[in-house]
Amino acid sequence: MPDTFPTSGAHTRMGSNSGQPMTRRDGLAKVTGTATYAADNRPEGVLHAVYAMSSEARGQVTSLNVAAALAHPGVVHVMTPENRPPLARDPDSKPGGMALRTEALQDNSVRYVGQPIALVVAQTLEAATEGAALLSPTYAVEPARIGFDGGEAFETDSTGFGSPPTVNVGDIEAGRAAGTHHFDATYETPLQYHNAMEPHAIVAEWDGDHLTIDTPNQAIVMARGAFADYFDIPAENVVLRSPYLGGGFGSKALPIGPQLLTILAARELQRPVKLALRRDQMFGPVMHRGATRQRLRLDMDETGQLTAIDHHTTATTSSFDTFIEGASAASRNTYASPAIATSHSGVRVDTGTPGAMRAPGEATGSAALECAVDEAAEVMGLDPLEFRLRNYAETDPQTGKAFSSKALRECYALGAKSFGWENRPLAPRQMRDAQGHLVGWGMGTALFAAHMNKAEARAVLRADGSAMIATAGADMGQGAWTALAQIAADGLGLGIDQVEFRSGDSTLPNGGVAGGSGHTATAGSALFAAGEGVIRKLADLATEDPESPLFGAGNAGVVARDGRLHRADDDSRSQSYSEILRNAGVEELEGKGEGARDPGHAEARAMFSHGAVFAEVKVDPELGQVRVTRLIGAFAAGRIINPHLARSQLLGGMIWGLGFALMEEGIHDKRTGRPVNGDLAGYHVPVNADVPMVEALMVHEDDDFVNPLGVKGVGELGITGSVGAIANAVWHATGVRPRSFPIHLETLIG
Amino acid sequence: MNLFDYIRPTSLDEAIAAGATPGAAYLSGGTNLLDLMKIGVKTPATVVDITRLPGLDSIERLADGATRIGAMVRNSDLAHDSDFATAYPAVAEALLSGASGQLRNAARLGGNLMQQTRCAYYQDPKSACNRRAPGTGCAAIGGETRNHAVIGWSDQCIATHPSDFCVPLAALGAVVEIAGPDGTRDLPIDQLHLLPDAASAGGMALHPGELITGLRLPPEAAGFRAYSRYLKLRERTSYAFAIVSAAAMLRIEDGVILEARLALGGVAAKPWRRPEAEAMLRGTKPDAETFHAAAKALMAGAKPSGDNAAKITLAKRLATRALQRAAEGTPGVMPALPASVFPSEPTDRGDHADA
Amino acid sequence: MTLSISLIVNGEQKDIALEDPRATLLDVLRDRVGLTGTKKGCDRGQCGACTVLVDGRRINSCLALAASQDGAEVTTIEGLATGDDLHPLQAAFIEADGFQCGYCTPGQIMSALGLIREGLADNDPERIREGMSGNICRCAAYQGITEAVIKGHKAMTDTGESQI
Repeated sequence: MPDTFPTSGAHTRMGSNSGQPMTRRDGLAKVTGTATYAADNRPEGVLHAVYAMSSEARGQVTSLNVAAALAHPGVVHVMTPENRPPLARDPDSKPGGMALRTEALQDNSVRYVGQPIALVVAQTLEAATEGAALLSPTYAVEPARIGFDGGEAFETDSTGFGSPPTVNVGDIEAGRAAGTHHFDATYETPLQYHNAMEPHAIVAEWDGDHLTIDTPNQAIVMARGAFADYFDIPAENVVLRSPYLGGGFGSKALPIGPQLLTILAARELQRPVKLALRRDQMFGPVMHRGATRQRLRLDMDETGQLTAIDHHTTATTSSFDTFIEGASAASRNTYASPAIATSHSGVRVDTGTPGAMRAPGEATGSAALECAVDEAAEVMGLDPLEFRLRNYAETDPQTGKAFSSKALRECYALGAKSFGWENRPLAPRQMRDAQGHLVGWGMGTALFAAHMNKAEARAVLRADGSAMIATAGADMGQGAWTALAQIAADGLGLGIDQVEFRSGDSTLPNGGVAGGSGHTATAGSALFAAGEGVIRKLADLATEDPESPLFGAGNAGVVARDGRLHRADDDSRSQSYSEILRNAGVEELEGKGEGARDPGHAEARAMFSHGAVFAEVKVDPELGQVRVTRLIGAFAAGRIINPHLARSQLLGGMIWGLGFALMEEGIHDKRTGRPVNGDLAGYHVPVNADVPMVEALMVHEDDDFVNPLGVKGVGELGITGSVGAIANAVWHATGVRPRSFPIHLETLIG
Repeated sequence: MNLFDYIRPTSLDEAIAAGATPGAAYLSGGTNLLDLMKIGVKTPATVVDITRLPGLDSIERLADGATRIGAMVRNSDLAHDSDFATAYPAVAEALLSGASGQLRNAARLGGNLMQQTRCAYYQDPKSACNRRAPGTGCAAIGGETRNHAVIGWSDQCIATHPSDFCVPLAALGAVVEIAGPDGTRDLPIDQLHLLPDAASAGGMALHPGELITGLRLPPEAAGFRAYSRYLKLRERTSYAFAIVSAAAMLRIEDGVILEARLALGGVAAKPWRRPEAEAMLRGTKPDAETFHAAAKALMAGAKPSGDNAAKITLAKRLATRALQRAAEGTPGVMPALPASVFPSEPTDRGDHADA
Repeated sequence: MTLSISLIVNGEQKDIALEDPRATLLDVLRDRVGLTGTKKGCDRGQCGACTVLVDGRRINSCLALAASQDGAEVTTIEGLATGDDLHPLQAAFIEADGFQCGYCTPGQIMSALGLIREGLADNDPERIREGMSGNICRCAAYQGITEAVIKGHKAMTDTGESQI
């Protein structure tokens, strides 16, 4: 960490880039088709790989017709468990932290439909595809276990990647006893699949024991290390390039079997090999959101104050690995209650292993909690917003700590006002439009932790006064190319066009993880610190140079702005960066920075982004067809680096909420475990016509504790709150309480 | 996809000769055939590209008032042909509610009539399917059946026909023009898609080597232009197959229904129409109860083929609604959301304020 | 069997010896012509990422056999900008933030161009939303996309370009 790290409020070196609604710096490349995604790489002599998928959910592969595949014109290699070269790391190992088991032909067993059972490499994609089909596998099939009631229940010792499954506050029995009104209901959410528009892809090429891979990744340097482990080479020997991800949403951080097999094939054949998953292969080995069954028990006193929240989640995971959707965690930090009990258990089913999918735990937990709170408000005869205000958490319900910042009250007020909430009738089925469609209004609270991980950055100020600054960041659409460059330019006191920002490549300093909505905060902090490191050195040069107008001002006595250092006490005395360097005879100055949360602040404060989402739906009373006609969110997420892009992130999250509420559902046949809607015609995500009106408003929030930049995160916040808001609006329109997602239209007709 | 021979004949005779060889498949827009080839459901030895056959791409009004549409006319061209859309507004609405702008540009009339079911088990070559592989059974029965048939099904097959286009065509009594090794023939559209029965899974009534060359809408079909609607329930606002759809057309004079047409999509292996239901409306005044009675008659004998009983209720209600909307008169302009039960949302609700 | 086909891609004639009749227009554009701007999202006509114009109409290039397109004029995302001058739709997509990850963007823009040329969208946002619904954006930049189509269309109309 740098020796001094001023907080954002007092920080005078912050320039004019952050806070500006700049358009995307990668926009030009993306609208002209020149942005290079992994599968767009076409090295000379590249071969195409396709993996054969298991059509069975459980059992053993008993035969593969390798000869038929090899006989197909153009097929050059078939890799099966018989001939798969060894991997230095067991695909079934979990070295800790963020890791999951994966399938890389370690044996003949089959543990879910869609698992790789062979890799076929050919001169053309067409030949590889058909070669994989010609393998015509046979199986010894065991019965598939699908669904809550088909799987094997177990007690889990973790949720997500190692979070505690059980957190209790206060005395739940006493809280329950103190309640005069009681509410108890169970909610279900289905399997959901990330389905980023870009299917996972990799182009792998070896040069001796050096490996270059083009593959989309959300945690570039971490993944580099993991790939190196599998191939027993030093991490430095792996170059992972991921300048653009065609969406990630949590599914593109961990190495997966098909990538490992492609790298093996490239080494075996001494040729570059490309593999891109087909869309149907996005329903197997690339994680998903596990299904949840959530029981919520809320107890209230006469005034409508919660006396107890009891939230238990059962979530599905695979037969061979554990990732439990930590849905109950939503109840730990949202509403005040003297007693809170949150717990989880698991059910093992024959699907791939779930993983982090946009707001993992928070999305499902918020969906159930916000519905339950709405139902509790109905029990109390209270307006849902009033009920939420009566249970407003002034301090973190889980820890009792003060919030680093929390402008949720302002979000409620702004959202309600923009939406026109005050005109809402309390009872359902009170509003109709001119065509006779039922109209309903609902709301939900959005909450997402302000995570940070660790990142590093390096900045170099050049003789001409421009700078290069780098971190291995990942832009999966959230806008890292732009927002991180804005922060970096501010750290350097330069206009953004004077800064060459390098990112998306594992040869650069560790940019941490684009996940947990913490990338801007983490990588941004590192970049800012790196720039600041340069400026500090530059200030030393200038203030120690008797010829400089800044002589004697002292390091802290100068301000960096637009490529010049100014005296803090006399703005008219300044000197350009290039002149300072020239006078000092220095070619370039280097600075390094790290981004991580101040442990003291982390210990003292609870840190979350907040928001309030309001939804209007129309429902056909006889036919149950639903359309979300308005969706308005107001969010407070600390300092907003780029309002233009942050808004897009929030809107995207809210529309994910819409998809969650009304359509997304991965359905597996209960007998075979096969996805019956494993494509984009069957697995519905929202289309343009689903979204006639959506708006994200931002509430100003200063936060001196989350990090020096005051940045929280917006990537996952929007999905929380939105699901509940829509479901609650559906109730308000129809009088039917949705307790199972997605809300099927036939459940809304009498 | 298997390797195949690709040929592009220049005459209909040449095409039929090629199409009659074992394992041949006709390729028109490709939006269904190519898709089925990619997932291994269709494995033709020869692909006979008929997209450039001469004389199949026009829309003509015949002397007797009928309309003939060539098999290679694109969905989008047909829907946007103003004479056609004016005469057969429910057909245009159905076309525009199907698939996407891109798919409608590629898909051709003939291929659309030949469209295969979207049953997930039909689409999975590993699953038993009497329709795809006669005698193997029906994996859909006992499986995930929310989208499956509720009328006209048998233990052989519970799949539904997915087309929007065919629903109003069936209501209007369209006639399919077919050419094949044994010459040409006409087939009422009602007989093109075969329902399953105790012995067979149904499917298409075309013989090997036959292809669709065109479609005729009989003269009386243009008589419903003033009172026509197509409505469609689906899981999202656009770009989704119907859960249930309904085409309703009325001929009304002096407030009395002289003739009615009514067909449902998404409920059976073919567009579902029953003349006796339509007959109930003849001579009546447009009225919700009569409409509901007709809808009930249309769905009489319906039974769930699985977890899909709600579709029966939905089908009756949607048929009733479509009749009501039709009786209100054909919209002056094509709705912004074709076939939606919702009208267009106003545009001045905060978005695009500066547009 | 080798098929010889010829395509006019972005105004340039491409003679292609097609060794494999299975190749789709999408894969030929990406792997043979070397234009990787057109993206593969589903390969089954279910997402719109591969949208190109063929003879002026927008289609899913993943569901078109290349062999069947012999002689066609194909316009891809690479054919829109003139040198450094962006097509008005491209500029509008940047301005309105009509994308996030960018993967569906070439298809969105080509679809928007096709929609405008179809002359049916007018400036009615609801018709544009419906007309653009064959292009899935998982980042859900739909509001920006709709705004970009309106802005781009206006700019095209101002320059007479939509008539082309």
